[in-house]
Amino acid sequence: MGVGILVEDLNAWYGSNHTLQDINLHIPANHATALIGPSGCGKSTFVRCLNRMHETNPIARATGIVKMGEVDIYKDASPVEIRRRVGMVFQRPNPFPTMSIYDNVVSGLKLNGFRNRRILDETVERSLKQAALWEEVKDDLKKKSGASLSGGQQQRMCIARALAVDPEVLLMDEPASALDPVSTSKIEDLIFQLKSQYTIVIVTHNMQQAARVAENTGFFLNGKMVEFDSTHKIFTNPKDKRTEDYITGRFG
Amino acid sequence: MDFQSKSMRMNNARRTATNYFISGLSILATVLVIIPLIAILFYLIYKGASSLNLAFFTHIPAPVGQDGGGMANAMVGSGIILFVASLMGVPIGIAAGVYLAEFGRGKALATAIRFTADVLNGVPSIVMGISIYSLIVIRQKHFSALAGGVALAIMMVPTITRTTEEMLATVPHAIREAALGLGVPKWRTAISVSLRTASPGIITGCMLAFARVAGETAPLLFTALGNQFWSFKLSEPIAALPLQIFVYAISPYDEWHRLAWAGALVLIVMIMVSVTLVRIFANRGVLKGGS
Repeated sequence: MGVGILVEDLNAWYGSNHTLQDINLHIPANHATALIGPSGCGKSTFVRCLNRMHETNPIARATGIVKMGEVDIYKDASPVEIRRRVGMVFQRPNPFPTMSIYDNVVSGLKLNGFRNRRILDETVERSLKQAALWEEVKDDLKKKSGASLSGGQQQRMCIARALAVDPEVLLMDEPASALDPVSTSKIEDLIFQLKSQYTIVIVTHNMQQAARVAENTGFFLNGKMVEFDSTHKIFTNPKDKRTEDYITGRFG
Repeated sequence: MDFQSKSMRMNNARRTATNYFISGLSILATVLVIIPLIAILFYLIYKGASSLNLAFFTHIPAPVGQDGGGMANAMVGSGIILFVASLMGVPIGIAAGVYLAEFGRGKALATAIRFTADVLNGVPSIVMGISIYSLIVIRQKHFSALAGGVALAIMMVPTITRTTEEMLATVPHAIREAALGLGVPKWRTAISVSLRTASPGIITGCMLAFARVAGETAPLLFTALGNQFWSFKLSEPIAALPLQIFVYAISPYDEWHRLAWAGALVLIVMIMVSVTLVRIFANRGVLKGGS
């Protein structure tokens, strides 16, 4: 089951570049939350702070509180523990090129030393079904390399890979921006189904996509969160002039 | 319109001609690269094949003045020295390369290691022999297979380190992020994801280093020394093919000259076979397809 996320006074830097400024936000459990805003506004940095991927860059740092349920992820846990509880799907599909489809899906388990065959088999089937890819690949699980799939299939495999470690939160950084419209709609359908079980945070450039999949939407601009509200309100009756300008296409 | 299409046709013809010209040049260059290899191989076969017989592979060198004899002890000796060298050189070289590419980015220590490796790569092999002679042989008070192995291992390390680093640098960062994002620790990501993805290139680097030191004579002159008899001990002087070839080639006897040619042929075939075998085994289990 998903878990809610509470963000208090989150600040992040790349070198001397202050990319996130005083972000305060509550992301409810088992809902999809969309983050929109122009390129470079800090939405990607924000999601990368939620699983501590931000700090893998040596010049990056972050301050503030991020609570996942009761756990303060910057105080009470190591980055490795946090990333096992928070799955991430990236902008471009990034399968492990040397691994079969099967090994890609359970890589999170296998690379952490898990070896029980029966449970691995079950996990592969469950995750691929959740990612709506099972029917397409079930016959070549171990025969084909993960990298031999089409772009849309690869992305769904990456979603299955993230789900295989049984996370509570799923972060998606523009998961469909490199895909064709058919694959995009498959990914959106998936998000729609998965949000009953996971807390989903999705960064998107596509405002229709935010409107279709997310209950809540946050608008980022220049490292600040300008507005956060129900998606319906953001798109029909935004409080802030800048939000209105952005969603009506006046800039960005 | 007419003029335009005509000039486009001209351009097309020129492009096609340029294409043929450049393709021709690269084919020519390839042929020029292959000619020496083929020529050497055929010359070795021409000179050496006639002296190859069962005794060559099963007997130790015959005493001066006696016919026959072989290089069995030198082949085994080369195998032992190269095994010892690879056992030390390959893990150290790969580990250093992993440090440079995965953990040492932008660190002063990494810059120092990179520089040292490049300088080490340029150290003449005779200097390597003398250094190991004074470091190990003099202290132990005798020549040994171990000293020979150490000398060759040190010669292998810089090539392997630099190739490993370069091959790891070609692994897309997105793949590392995928692993880190799954909660895989950094060291595990470096070994099981980055290194595994780069392994075909790294294996090539190791084979190049192996092939290079397999034929080295100078570093062994002062370390392994050579041996006319069987020896399987790391602590004793040991025979090696390049040393045996050297000794026979500068001798005044025609019979020994022929054996030297045969030894050279065996050495080059041994290198080719071992490189090919490693490649075949390394490709086992690697899935094809995708980018």
